[in-house]
Amino acid sequence: MKRKDFLKKALPATMLPFFINGINIKAMASTPMLEAIKRASIKNGRVFVLIQLNGGNDGLNTIIPIDQYSNLSAARSNILIQQSKVLALTGNSNTGMHPAMTGLRSMFDNGKVSIIQSVGYPNPSFSHFRATDIWQSASDSSQYLSSGWAGRYLEDIYTGFPSGYPNANDPDPLAISIGYAVSTALMGPTVSTGIAISDPTSFYQLVNGTVDPAPSTPAGHELTYVRLVLQQTQSYNTTVKTAAQSVANKATYPANNSLGDQLKIVANLIAGGLQTPVYTVSLGGFDTHSSQVTSAGTTDTGSHADLWKKVSDAIAAFQTDCEQLGIADRVAGMTYSEFGRRIKSNASLGTDHGAAAPVMVFGKNVNPGIIGANPTIPASVTVNDNVPMQYDFRQIYASVLEDWFQTSSSKTDSDLLLKHFDTLPIFRATLGVKKVQNSSSLTLMQNYPNPFKDFTNIEFISPGGHVELRLFDSQGRMIKTLINGNVAKGNYTEILDGNNLPAGNYYYQLITANGQVGRHLIKM
Amino acid sequence: MQRRAFLTKTITDKTPVKDPVLALQNQKLPDHLDLGVASIAPYTGTWGKAEARHLLRRTLFGFTKADVDFFAAMTMSDAVDYIMNIPNSAPNPPLNGYNTIQISDPNISAGQTWVNGPDDTNFVNKRRNSLYAWWMQQILNPDRHVREKMTMFWHNHFSTEVETVGSPIIAYNHHKLLRDNCLGNFRSLVKSITVDPAMLVYLNGASNTKTAPDENYGRELMELFTLGKGTDSQYTEDDVKNAAKVLTGWRINNTNYTSFFNANNHETSNKTFSTFFNSTTITGQIGANGALETDDLLNMIFSKSDVVARFIVRKLYRYFVYYVIDSNIEANVIIPLADDFKTNWEIKPLVTALLKSQHFFDNNNMGCNIKNPIDVIATCSKNFNIAYPSAPVEDQYQAWYSMFTLAAYAGMTIGNPPNVSGWPAYYQSPQYTEIWLNSDTLPKRIFITVALMAVGYQYKTGKKLQADVIAFAQQFSNPEDPNQLIQDTIDLLFALDLSTTTKTTLKQSTLLFGQSTDSYWTGAWNDYIANPTDATKKGNVTTGLQLMLKFLLDLAENQLS
Repeated sequence: MKRKDFLKKALPATMLPFFINGINIKAMASTPMLEAIKRASIKNGRVFVLIQLNGGNDGLNTIIPIDQYSNLSAARSNILIQQSKVLALTGNSNTGMHPAMTGLRSMFDNGKVSIIQSVGYPNPSFSHFRATDIWQSASDSSQYLSSGWAGRYLEDIYTGFPSGYPNANDPDPLAISIGYAVSTALMGPTVSTGIAISDPTSFYQLVNGTVDPAPSTPAGHELTYVRLVLQQTQSYNTTVKTAAQSVANKATYPANNSLGDQLKIVANLIAGGLQTPVYTVSLGGFDTHSSQVTSAGTTDTGSHADLWKKVSDAIAAFQTDCEQLGIADRVAGMTYSEFGRRIKSNASLGTDHGAAAPVMVFGKNVNPGIIGANPTIPASVTVNDNVPMQYDFRQIYASVLEDWFQTSSSKTDSDLLLKHFDTLPIFRATLGVKKVQNSSSLTLMQNYPNPFKDFTNIEFISPGGHVELRLFDSQGRMIKTLINGNVAKGNYTEILDGNNLPAGNYYYQLITANGQVGRHLIKM
Repeated sequence: MQRRAFLTKTITDKTPVKDPVLALQNQKLPDHLDLGVASIAPYTGTWGKAEARHLLRRTLFGFTKADVDFFAAMTMSDAVDYIMNIPNSAPNPPLNGYNTIQISDPNISAGQTWVNGPDDTNFVNKRRNSLYAWWMQQILNPDRHVREKMTMFWHNHFSTEVETVGSPIIAYNHHKLLRDNCLGNFRSLVKSITVDPAMLVYLNGASNTKTAPDENYGRELMELFTLGKGTDSQYTEDDVKNAAKVLTGWRINNTNYTSFFNANNHETSNKTFSTFFNSTTITGQIGANGALETDDLLNMIFSKSDVVARFIVRKLYRYFVYYVIDSNIEANVIIPLADDFKTNWEIKPLVTALLKSQHFFDNNNMGCNIKNPIDVIATCSKNFNIAYPSAPVEDQYQAWYSMFTLAAYAGMTIGNPPNVSGWPAYYQSPQYTEIWLNSDTLPKRIFITVALMAVGYQYKTGKKLQADVIAFAQQFSNPEDPNQLIQDTIDLLFALDLSTTTKTTLKQSTLLFGQSTDSYWTGAWNDYIANPTDATKKGNVTTGLQLMLKFLLDLAENQLS
């Protein structure tokens, strides 16, 4: 709103090389991830769009576990979507979508969405800022990395960036982050400034391309940084503008939808020929501590519904646009948020910071369907209880890197994600996806006795090879690793000594070469 | 701590960095650059105009040559004291400067303040804009005290968004709390903020209730406002939940815009915290005494005095000095300042000690701060003597508001930081203030400053905010000498000097109109002085000055403070 007020007195058009339809484009943005993403480019023509949902999305009201309704109702009756209103997903009677997500539901039914259940990481952070860093950098919970996951990959291909870029072979920005402005009126009437002097590139012409040497002080360091931004702004200015002007969008995007506005530009730039492989867009407002629904009696409207209508409509329009522009084969994207929200709702018609949540990957070349089981909601939920992770978010990154961008798995392990993560069958096998897991072949039995006091038995079948059996508490903290090593094919029983465990809900997870599976247990 | 972990990783990076441009990732900065003498002993070196300008760059939003002369004539210690001794009197509150021909406020007449209430749903947006304009007025005032920079610091630290808070009156009261206490007692300020209606709205404290506690404020109180999230801050998730329980019951009175404690909403059980807090138990209190638990909570948090003091000192250090804190600076600047700070939590002596230190005036700490957009706008306004209307009130508010919008356009909307942690430039490692600049915001900054300088900004039909470049030149002692004019201008605008080659290029291509002898400028200037009403002669010097300033405003040096 404040921006709209401002836009009434729009600035001169000469100022707008990085504005397209009123959205400002940052060819080099400055998050830790993008700082590193800007390092390189991709050669197989594929594009990946990262859609960040800022604030922590309530996954349980997004991808809804229909088979958990009675327990959900006990835990979050004031915000739970009425079961009859949940959107059914073809072929998945136990899982549905928020009623606002009609666009994504239709894409799912048409085989263009892969839903990955309960994505997180061990020992989750509940801080927005730390959790966001973890997702951007692909670090462990206790590890601090300054580079981004995609950036490490890109840097590996285009060594030396930014020195010497752009050049004849790589004229385009390596990643583009698109910021948000509500109005498309920015290119409208201007104050009459007649301003050839607004061109920030003129300085370089003025002094024949030479600049004073920067002193070797902190000030010199910052001076060099500012000059780099100036140079790259100048360099990418033309390519971005040319790409944007060379084709027009073909689909109709939803009105008053900032995410749609951003994705519209992404489609425009891809179709316009930019070789930029990674785009980031974002939508804020998911930190729904209060009023995520209108009222306890009207839970299908409110801020969370508004947000998902925006996301769903925007992605659906983007997908249609990509198809009509003939670029859908090489475009995919994902939604993610720094964490999910608590199973139990609070009294403000909202939810506090939580742990794992679903991620959606979309595009013509995704392997459609749902990966993983619905989260299991305990019968008695305390304020501490969280959705436990089934999949590590870095498994999705590994799949994007290896199956979409086709890096080698050894490279992914050693340099990009800094340890091994199994890929998930997110992309279609026709892309040359190296391995498709079949988690249905995994067997992990419900422990007995359950609930238990002292000891309980966990039975599983090892397919042979490396096996890990982990125990998590209700907040997602990894309490112990029960097994971690090579286990020959066969049936096993692991005895869990619960004498030192506080009473509460726990979750155990089996990871094998065939995938991973988990179950809940209760300590009395 | 993030930074230290980051450095550890950098050292093990497998690729040797050959290209100096790669140092732009900041990865090599702390290893290779001297961050200055790490001592908080009072500075005893030269006190001249260069040092005075450094002090003013960091403590004021813009200044003029007269300001430099004013402070350079004092001692360093007196200069810092002058800046720190802010007047007791608060500025008059924001006014109705928003009436138009079409619509006028039926309850508050033009030129009267709206902050005494009540709120009026028809004028919420206009009053918020009035608040922004009024705030910009304070920033643009030719004031010689640190109040505006300190108020901005706390606005960033205790971040709230006016647009989310809703009531313009509550938003103003919150702002006034920060402004009035910007050099006060930090411990008291945290208490005031904890029960401040704007914060109770922004972080849901006003809906935090015993049946289902809302953790939002309890978490940020520890993570963002007091303890931070470093390795020395090991509070637990259960501590967040217990803090939320302690804080249950605070509510807002929407009639008088104050907060109160409602015992019916308060969780009265005992709350036991983790070993980080020495397993402290805050005893549950019944009735009105439940409010006292909030004090118990703050006492417990402030008992981790080293953690709190160092967190705040680091943040102030990054705001006033530079964002890189290595182990030497941590040990010899941060910790000694924090050790004093934790004895009484007084902000003024802390900031004073930092500003008077050897470290602050070390040459290596000059010019390394990237300005925020408000600093860019305000500096431009003061450097170039932009005149604001003195009446009518509608024009005044429109003019100040337009400067607010220009800063917003360049990426900083005061009153509305991006989220509860404030602007990323003040917390996001490893880039910090570099985050202000990217291919979107840097051209905007340059455009805004050049446009204000050269052609003006039309804030209303027929009304412009515009630099007076002739007055700018006339403030110097020898404006007819192009060499001295350029040097004086560079000294006032930049923390870094330019090379002789660049200055020669600048002189010839601007003041000398492409010629090579100085007399072209001297003659033009003297001609104008002799005939000040001659439009052609005035136009000649104006063009030369605008070209010179445009050249300088385009330079990267202009982004540094």
